[in-house]
Amino acid sequence: VLHMFSEPLLIGRDDSDDVLEKRRISSDLRFALKTYSPVIYKSASPCTSSMLKSIVLGSNHMNHVICQLSDEWGEPAETFRKKATMILEEMADNLHLSAIRLLAFILSKVFKRVFRRIRVNTEGIERLKKALSDNPVVLLPNHRSYMDFLILSFVFYTYDLNIPVIAARGLLEIKILSTILRRSGAFYIRREIGTNKLYWAVLSEYVKTMLRMGYAPIEFYVEGARSRSFKSLLPKLGLLNIVTDAFLKKEVADVTLVPISITYERPVDETLHAHDLLGLPKIKESMWALFKARKILGQDFGTSSIHLGEPVSLKALVQGDVNLSQYNLDHRHIPHRPSQEIKAFLHHTGCRMIHLQEENMVISPFVLVQTLRLRYYVLSCGVCIDWPDHMSPEAVVVSSISLHRNIVKIDNGKTMLVQEQQADSSTDKHLMQYAVTVLTCSMYRNQILHIFVRPALAAMALSFTNKTQKEEIFICYSFLQDLFSSEFVFLPGNAKQDFEEACHRLSEWGAVQISKQNIELTETGPLVIFFILSIFQPFLEGYQVCYRIVDFFLYFSKSTICGPEQINMTETLIFPYFQIS
Amino acid sequence: VCSGHCWSVCLSVAGCYINKMYYLMPDDSTNCFVYIFTFLNRQDLLKWNGWGYSDSKFIFNKKGQAEFTGKRYRLSGMVLPALREWFEKTFGASLEHKTPPRSALNTSDIPAPILNEDFLDDLKATKIPFSHEIEDRIFRAHGHCLHEIFALREGKFERVPDMVVWPSKYPNNKSILSFGVKYFIFTLTGGTSVSSALECPPDEKRSIVSLDTSQMNRILWIDEKNLTAHVEAGIIGQDLERLLNVSGYCTGHEPDSMEFSTLGGWVATRASGMKKNIYGNIEDLVVHIRMVTPRGVIEKSCQGPRMSTGPDVHHFIMGSEGTLGVVTEVTIKIRPVPEYQKYGSVEVAKQRCAPASIRLMDNAQFQFGHALKPQVASIFTSFLDGLKKFYITKFKGFDPNQLCVATLLFEGDREKVLQHEKQVYDIAAKFGGLAAGEDNGQRGYMLTFVIAYLRDLGMDFYVIGESFETSVPWDRVLDLCRNVKERIVRECKERGVQFPPLSTCRVTQTYDAGACVYFYFAFNYRGIADPIHVYEQIESAAREEILANGGSLSHHHGVGKLRKRWLQEAISDVGIGMLKSVKQYVDPNNIFGNRNLL
Repeated sequence: VLHMFSEPLLIGRDDSDDVLEKRRISSDLRFALKTYSPVIYKSASPCTSSMLKSIVLGSNHMNHVICQLSDEWGEPAETFRKKATMILEEMADNLHLSAIRLLAFILSKVFKRVFRRIRVNTEGIERLKKALSDNPVVLLPNHRSYMDFLILSFVFYTYDLNIPVIAARGLLEIKILSTILRRSGAFYIRREIGTNKLYWAVLSEYVKTMLRMGYAPIEFYVEGARSRSFKSLLPKLGLLNIVTDAFLKKEVADVTLVPISITYERPVDETLHAHDLLGLPKIKESMWALFKARKILGQDFGTSSIHLGEPVSLKALVQGDVNLSQYNLDHRHIPHRPSQEIKAFLHHTGCRMIHLQEENMVISPFVLVQTLRLRYYVLSCGVCIDWPDHMSPEAVVVSSISLHRNIVKIDNGKTMLVQEQQADSSTDKHLMQYAVTVLTCSMYRNQILHIFVRPALAAMALSFTNKTQKEEIFICYSFLQDLFSSEFVFLPGNAKQDFEEACHRLSEWGAVQISKQNIELTETGPLVIFFILSIFQPFLEGYQVCYRIVDFFLYFSKSTICGPEQINMTETLIFPYFQIS
Repeated sequence: VCSGHCWSVCLSVAGCYINKMYYLMPDDSTNCFVYIFTFLNRQDLLKWNGWGYSDSKFIFNKKGQAEFTGKRYRLSGMVLPALREWFEKTFGASLEHKTPPRSALNTSDIPAPILNEDFLDDLKATKIPFSHEIEDRIFRAHGHCLHEIFALREGKFERVPDMVVWPSKYPNNKSILSFGVKYFIFTLTGGTSVSSALECPPDEKRSIVSLDTSQMNRILWIDEKNLTAHVEAGIIGQDLERLLNVSGYCTGHEPDSMEFSTLGGWVATRASGMKKNIYGNIEDLVVHIRMVTPRGVIEKSCQGPRMSTGPDVHHFIMGSEGTLGVVTEVTIKIRPVPEYQKYGSVEVAKQRCAPASIRLMDNAQFQFGHALKPQVASIFTSFLDGLKKFYITKFKGFDPNQLCVATLLFEGDREKVLQHEKQVYDIAAKFGGLAAGEDNGQRGYMLTFVIAYLRDLGMDFYVIGESFETSVPWDRVLDLCRNVKERIVRECKERGVQFPPLSTCRVTQTYDAGACVYFYFAFNYRGIADPIHVYEQIESAAREEILANGGSLSHHHGVGKLRKRWLQEAISDVGIGMLKSVKQYVDPNNIFGNRNLL
C-alpha cells in the first residue's frame, strides 16, 4: 500500500507559513509588546465594549421584547430590563488589547512546547485582510479541540488581523479563566438560547450590533459543539440565523463568511474525546482540572494546520434563494421565527460551509496509517496531505507512529495498539483502556471519512442492488444518503450531483466502468469496493443494531416505525452486506 | 416686447425632475411688463444636446478656472476657483482628456419620417400647426436620461417622432384624437423626463405624432374665494408661477425642473415639489383635471374639495405617464405669495418639526457644495470665511471630512418664520447641531439647479453621471443610504471602472412615515469601451439594492420604460392587471402607445 504514497501527493495546496518558526528565534516579550495595528472594517464606527452594551440595551428590538414580556407576565418592564442587563453582563465580551498581549505571551510559550509547527496558508491571510476591510466578517472554523479558538486568535494576533469575538459555551464556572478569555474576545452562550425569549433577544441584538458597528469579526462554530468523533457534525443554525437576519433586514450591506479548517496531527484533548464518547463521567471543568491538565505541556502534539478558506459573500448565497420583499413589509424590530424558506436556506448554507471546511482539512500521515492499521485501503483523491517530501514513506510512518506512542507502537516490524496485549484481561479498567485506544484510533480514521462517504455510498448501492442500471443504483443511493443524512453532512437536494461525482470517482479508481445507462464492475472492482465499504462497516453495523433494537421494542408495542416497504428495503439492503463481509 | 427672461417652452408630459434644476426668479422680472412669447422652436433657446438654456453652461476658461456663463442665474458670470480641483480630485479627470460632443446632428442618422397622407390632409383642414422638420422631431425624441444625452452627443436614435403638432386649445385636441383613432399613434413630447418615458418604441411601424401642448398655456381664471386657478395644462412651471405672482398668488409647487416642465407633465407623473411640507405634492394640489382620451373626456362633475365616489378617478390620471390621454386643463389650489422667506442650514435634527423644505446632504455633497463657492471679491469676506472655518473646525471640533449639513427653507409670515426657525435651531442644538447660516442653506439649494448643467461639463471630460431617487420608511433610511452607496462603489470596481466613482445621496423630502432619498452617481469612464452599458448595469444594480433595502421603485421620477421591469414586483400581479384593464378600456387601439408603465 505504501507505494501509493511514493508519488508526490499533495502537500498542502498553497504556500504555508510556520507561525512558530519566527517565535522560536525571537523574543516572546517583544512579540507580546509589538505594535499591533489591524485592518478594520472600513465603515466601522469606533466603539468600546461598554458602549456596545448600552447600544444593545437601548435598542428598539430590546425595548419591544421587554414590553412584550412585561405584558405577558404582568410584571413591570423594569424587572425584565434588569434581567436583560444581567444576561448581557454574563454574555458580553470585554475585548482588551492588554489581555490579548498577555495571552499572546503565554500561548507563545505553550505552543512552542507542545507543537512542532503551526501552519497557516499565507494566501488565506491576504484574502482575509482584504475581506476584513470590505465587509463585516464571520469566521466559521471547524471544532475539534478546546484549542481551536486560542490557536486562531494567536494566529490573528501574529498576522495583525483584527482579533475576533468568539462564541463560547461553558467555562463560566472557572472564574479566572473565563475572565481572561472574556477580555481576549470570548462571549458566552448558555443553552437556553432557543427557549428563553429574553435571552434570544439579548444575544441576537448583541451579535447584530457587533456586525453593524464593525466592532470585530465574529467567530463561531457552525457545528455548534466540539466533534468528539472528529467527524463533521450537522450544522447548528442559531447564530447563523442571527447573522443572516441582520443581512436580510439590510442592517448590513453584506456579510463575508470565511470557512476555516483547523486540523491537528494529534489534538491536545484526544483522550478526553474518547472518554466523552464512552460516556464516562465528564471531568468537571474547574481550575483544579485545568491544573492537572498541565502535564500535556510535556508532550509532543506534532503539527497543527490552519487553512483560511476562500471568503464567501452571504449576499451572493442569498441571491435567488430568498424572497427579500417579505422583509420590507415586516416590522423591523419585531423578532420573527425564520420561515421554512429561511430555514432551508440556513441549513443549506451551514452544510455548504462545512463542506468548504472539509475540503481544506489537512490529512496527516498518521490518519492514513491509522486507516491502514484498522485494515483499510486508502486512496487519494485531491486532498491536502501533509507528507514530508524529503522523507521515505517508511520514515514518515515511523515518525508519525512515534508521535502517537500513547496508542500505537511498533513491535517486531508490526504496528500494534499499545493496549492490545492486555485486551484479553477482563478487568473493567483494562477493558476501558482498550476501548479508549480503539476509539482514539477510530477518531483518526474518521478524519478521512468525508472524502470517501459519497463513493462509499455509491459502492454500497452498487453491491446491494446487484444491478447495472444507473437509475436503480441511484434510487438505492439516495435512500442511503437519506438514511445517513444525520450522520454525514450532505448538501440537501444535491443527491443527483453527489451520485454522479461518486461514480466518477469510483471509475477513476478503476472500480467501475460507466456507460450512459449502466455502471459495471471491472475486474479489480470488487476488491476496491470491498475496502471502501469496510471503512463504513461500523456505521452500517451501528445503524443495524439500533434498528433491530427499536424494531424489537416496537414489535411488542404493536406499531411500526416506518412504512412496511421501507423496512423491507432496510432489511434487504443491510443483510446482503453481512454476507459479503 | 419680450422681457428677455420669459421663455415658454413646449413640453407636455414632462417627467418633472425634482432636484435637477432649481428655479430662481430673475431679478428684474417683477418690474417689467410680462408678455409670454411662445416659441414653436424651442431649440433656439435651449441646448439641443444638453440641459437647459444654450447660453448657460459651465466652462473652463483660459486660465483653467471654472466659470458659469450667461446671465440667468445667481451663479452666472462667476468664476468658481475650487471647482476644478474638486473635479479632478473626485473623478481623477484631467482637462487634457476631452470628449467634446459633435457640433451638429448628422441628418443622415435620423430615420426618414413615416407619414400618413390621409392624416396630413385632415390636419391641414383643421389649421393646426405641424412640422416634420428634423430639428423639431429630434428635439421631442428624448428626455434627459444619460443614454439619451449620450446618443445626442455621439450616438444614434433608432426611432424618433415622425411629426410634431401644436394644438392650441382643447377642442383641437379632441379632433386630432379622432383622426388618431383611425390612423395613428401618439407619443407626447416632454423635456425633462429621466425615466426614458419619451423614448419612441423602436419597433413601432405606425406613424408617431408628437403632440406638443406648449400653445395651451393660458391661465383661464383665478378664483380668489376658493383660492383655485383654472389653467391650461401646457403651461410651463415658471410661467405659471410668475403669472400667479402678478395677482399676488403662487402654487408653491416647485419641482427642480420647473423652468422647463409643465403642469400637465406634473399631473401625468405624480410630481413632487421641494416645498411640499407647506403646499403639498401635486396630488394634494389638484382640485380638478380634464383629460382627453380616445374614449372621450374624463373629468369630475364638480369642484368639491373631497369626494367619496368610489376610487378617485384622478388617481388613474396622475401617474399614467401619457398612456391614457392628454391632460388639457387643471384646476389647482393657490396660496397668497408668502410674505417672508428665509434660508437656513443646520446639522441633523431628530424631532418632527418641518420647515417648508428640508434637505440633508451627506459629506460628499457638502464638499461638492463648497466646490461651487464663487470667487470672493473683497479681502474682508475672505477673512470672514477663514474665521468661520476656524471656528467650526478648530473651536467646535467638527471634522470637514465628516460634516454633513441640512439645508432649510422657511416660508410664511415673518413672525411665524422666525418662530419656526428658532424651534428648528433649538432642536438642532439639542442634538449637537450648529446653525450654519443662510449662505450655506442657499448654496445647498443652488446645487440642485446647477447639477444638471454640471453633468454636461463632466461629459466633456469623460465623466458621466445621473441621479435617481427612492422613498423609504424612516427606520431604513440610514441603512439604505449606506448600502446603496457602497453597492455603487463595488459595482464600479467589478465592472472595470478605473477611478473611484462619486456616490452620494441626500434626503430631499420628509414625510411622517419616511423620506425621499436622492442619489447622485458619476464616474470617469476612461478606458471603458461601452460606458453607457456599464452605467446602466450599475444603475440597475443600485435599483435592485434599493428595492432589497425596502425602498420604493420611484418617489417622483416615475416608471417610464426605465423601471418597467420591476413594476410587477412593486405593485403585485393583481395591481398590474388592474392597470392593464383600465388601459384596455380607455385606449384599446393603443393610440397613446408610448409603452410606459405596462
